[in-house]
Amino acid sequence: MAVLNDEQIMLRDMAREWTQNESPVTEWRKVRSGGDERAFDPAAYQTMAEMGWTGVIVPEEHGGSDFGWMSAGLVIEELGKTLTASPIVSSTLAASAIMLAGNDEQKAKWLPKLASGEAIGTLAIDDNPRHDGKVDGTKASGGKLTGTKPFVHEAHGADIFITASDDGLYIVEKGEGVSLSTRKLADSRSHAAVTFTDAPGDRLANGPDDLLDQLLDRARVLTACEMLGMAQAVFDTTLDYLKQRVQFNQVLATFQALQHRMADLFGDIAMMRSAVEGGLQALDAGFGIPRAACVAKVTANDTMHKVSREGLQLHGGIGMTDEYDVGFYLKRARTLEADWGSSAMLRNRFAEIGKY
Amino acid sequence: MASLAEPESRTSDDDFRQEVQNFLAKNFPPELKGKSNALSSVEGPTEESPAERAWREAMGAKGWGTPTWPAEYGGGGLSRKQAAILNEEMAKVGAHNPIGGMGVMMFGPTLLEYGSEEQKHEHIPPICRGEIRWCQGYSEPNAGSDLANLQTMAEDKGDHYLVNGQKTWTSGGQWADKCFCLVRTDRSDKHRGISFLLIDMDSEGVDVRPIRMISGVSPFCETFFTDVKVPKKNLVGEEGEGWTIGKRLLQHERTNLSGGGAMASLMGASLADIARHYVETTEEGEIADRVLRDRIADFEIRWNAFLLTARRAGEEAKASGGVSEISSVLKKLGTKLGQERAELAIEIMGFQGLGWEGDGFSEKELQGTRGWLFGKATTIYGGSTEVQNNIIAKRVLGMLDHQ
Repeated sequence: MAVLNDEQIMLRDMAREWTQNESPVTEWRKVRSGGDERAFDPAAYQTMAEMGWTGVIVPEEHGGSDFGWMSAGLVIEELGKTLTASPIVSSTLAASAIMLAGNDEQKAKWLPKLASGEAIGTLAIDDNPRHDGKVDGTKASGGKLTGTKPFVHEAHGADIFITASDDGLYIVEKGEGVSLSTRKLADSRSHAAVTFTDAPGDRLANGPDDLLDQLLDRARVLTACEMLGMAQAVFDTTLDYLKQRVQFNQVLATFQALQHRMADLFGDIAMMRSAVEGGLQALDAGFGIPRAACVAKVTANDTMHKVSREGLQLHGGIGMTDEYDVGFYLKRARTLEADWGSSAMLRNRFAEIGKY
Repeated sequence: MASLAEPESRTSDDDFRQEVQNFLAKNFPPELKGKSNALSSVEGPTEESPAERAWREAMGAKGWGTPTWPAEYGGGGLSRKQAAILNEEMAKVGAHNPIGGMGVMMFGPTLLEYGSEEQKHEHIPPICRGEIRWCQGYSEPNAGSDLANLQTMAEDKGDHYLVNGQKTWTSGGQWADKCFCLVRTDRSDKHRGISFLLIDMDSEGVDVRPIRMISGVSPFCETFFTDVKVPKKNLVGEEGEGWTIGKRLLQHERTNLSGGGAMASLMGASLADIARHYVETTEEGEIADRVLRDRIADFEIRWNAFLLTARRAGEEAKASGGVSEISSVLKKLGTKLGQERAELAIEIMGFQGLGWEGDGFSEKELQGTRGWLFGKATTIYGGSTEVQNNIIAKRVLGMLDHQ
C-alpha cells in the first residue's frame, strides 16, 4: 500500500466499511438474479454518489472533490473486492474524457451530473471484439455518427457515450440514432452492441493530439484497480479456505506444496499492487503515464489471470460450484483482462514507447 | 503523491545541507567522482590510492559512512531525513560511500542491538572507519538451509572457548580480519544450543581455503577451526541466544541482498539496447524478431513492477517506522528476475554471450558470462527461495506446519 494522506485513508476506510457491510458478494448475487439489464443496483449507486465516490477525480468547480486518481483507485479497489457492480469505472472515465478535451460548456453541462451520479457515462471506443487501440469502423460526418460498437460496458444504464470515430471523440446522448442490442457475457454484467445511425454527437475538440491514447491509459489504470481488489479478495478467500479444509486428517494449509504456491501468489500480488499504484501516481503527477499504464495493466492482467486460476484450483471441486464466489471472480477477470488491451497488445505498446 | 508531513524544521535541514556541501567541497577528491570501491568482503582488497584513503578517513571520522548509527560508537548519529540529505548531496557530486562490507550491512546493526557496551565500543568504531573486514561463519557442510543443524563446537574452558569444526561458504574469508560465527555450546538442544561468537581470523588454528566456483572465481571459502582459543568476552548475548541473534542478522542480510537499487546498478544497459546491438533491426531501428522483442518487453515490465515494489517497501518502512510486510518477498522476486535477465541476455547474444576468456570477447561480454554464473548463487544464499517461501507462508500468511 502506498503511503496515503489523511483524506485518502478516510476515503479508503469508508469504502472498505461500506463494501464489506452493505455490498458483499451476496448483493452481487441479488443483482445477477434480479434481471435488470443495467446489472447494478441504482439505489446502491446513488449511495455511492452521495458518499462522493463518483466525483473523486472531478474538479470542485464542477461538483467533484478533486481528490485525484490515487483516491479514485482506492475506492475502485475496494469495490472490486466484493464485485460490487456499478458503472463507476465507466462513468469516471467518461468524466475524464470530458476533463481532457471538453470545452467549458461541455464541462459545465456534464461533469456536475456525472459527479453527482445523476447521469451515467461510458466509453464506446472499440469497433472490434478485441481491443487494439484502432478506430476503423465508426464515421462522423456533420456532427452525426454512424457505426457499431460491438461491446460497450454499462451501456444499458448510460446516459452518454464517449464515442470514438474517424473524427475523434464525441459525446453522444442516448436516444435519437442510438440503439442497443444486449450482449450477454460470462461475467453477467451489462454489455451491449451499440449502433449509432446518424446519431447527433457533440465533438470533444479541446484535447491533445493523442487524446484517445490518453483516455485509454486512464482506462487501463482504473481497470487495473478493480482487478487488484479482485485478486486480493481471491487470495484472501483461498487462504481462509486452505486454513479450514481438512484432508488426510490435516488442514490443507499445512501442506508445503500449497504453502509455496500461496507464497508465490503473495509475491505476485505485491508486485501487482506496486504496478497499479505506480499507474495512479503517474496519473496524479501527470508524468510518464503511457509507460506506467502499460506496466499497471500488463501486471494486473497477468497476475489476475494467474490468481483467478490458482484460486479455483486450490478450492478444488467446490470452487467449480455456483454457490462459491471464486468462479465469479474468474469470469469477471477475463472481461477486465480484455479491456483496453491484452498483455500481448500492451507489451507491444510498451516496446513501441521504449523504441525497442 | 503527498506523504505524511515531516515535522522537522526546514531551517535545520537547510543548515545541515550546507554543512554537507561544505564538507564535500573540502574533503571529496574530485578524481574519485563516479568511482566506487567500498571496502568489500566479496571482491577482495584492492590497493588503496592516497585519494581513496583520504576520502575513507574523512568519511570515517565523521561517521557518515554509517550515517544513522549512534555517534557514541563512531556512527554519524543522523536522522533518516539528514541521511537522505547526505545521500542526495553525495550523489550530486558523484561521491560514493567508502565504508561498506559485511560489517556495515549485517554485523554492525546486529551488534548494536545485542552487543554489550564493551563489545560495541570495541567493534563498531573500526567498522565505521572502514578499517576492519568481517566475514560470516554460518553455513556448514551439513547445515545449509537447515542452518540450526550446525555442529561447530565451542567448548567452555573456563576463561575461553575452544572451537573445533568446519564452516563453508564463508564469503571473503580469505580477506577477512574477523568472523561472526554461529557455534554450538550445547548438543542437547538444537536451537538453544547455539551461541554467537566473534573469532579473530588470525588466531592459531584457523585455516581458510577458497572454493572455486562455476564462474571461475573464489569469493567463498571453507574455514576450518582446529583447537581455536576464543576469549569469553567475544560471546555476543548469552550462551544459547545465538539462534535468535543469528536470525536477526539474516534479516539485515536479506534487506541488503534484495536492494533493488544495487541490483539495478549491476544490470547496466537495458536488454533492448543489448538486443539492438546484437540482433537484426528493422529500418526504423526496432528489433526485427517480434517474439524476442515481446519477451524483452515482458521482462522489462516485470522488472519495473519489482523496482516499484522495492521503492514501496522502503516508503512503507519509513512511514511506519518498522519493516514492511512485503520486504519478505523482495529477495525472492529480485533474485529470480536478475537470473531471468542474465539468461535472456545470453539468448540475445548467442555464443558471443558465453565467452569464457581470450580474444574475441569484450570485457563486458566476459563479465556477463561470469555474472550469469555467479548469479545462480543469489537464489541459494541468504536463505534460498524455498526457505523464503516457507518464511512467507508461515510468518506472513499464517500457514502452520501442524494444526
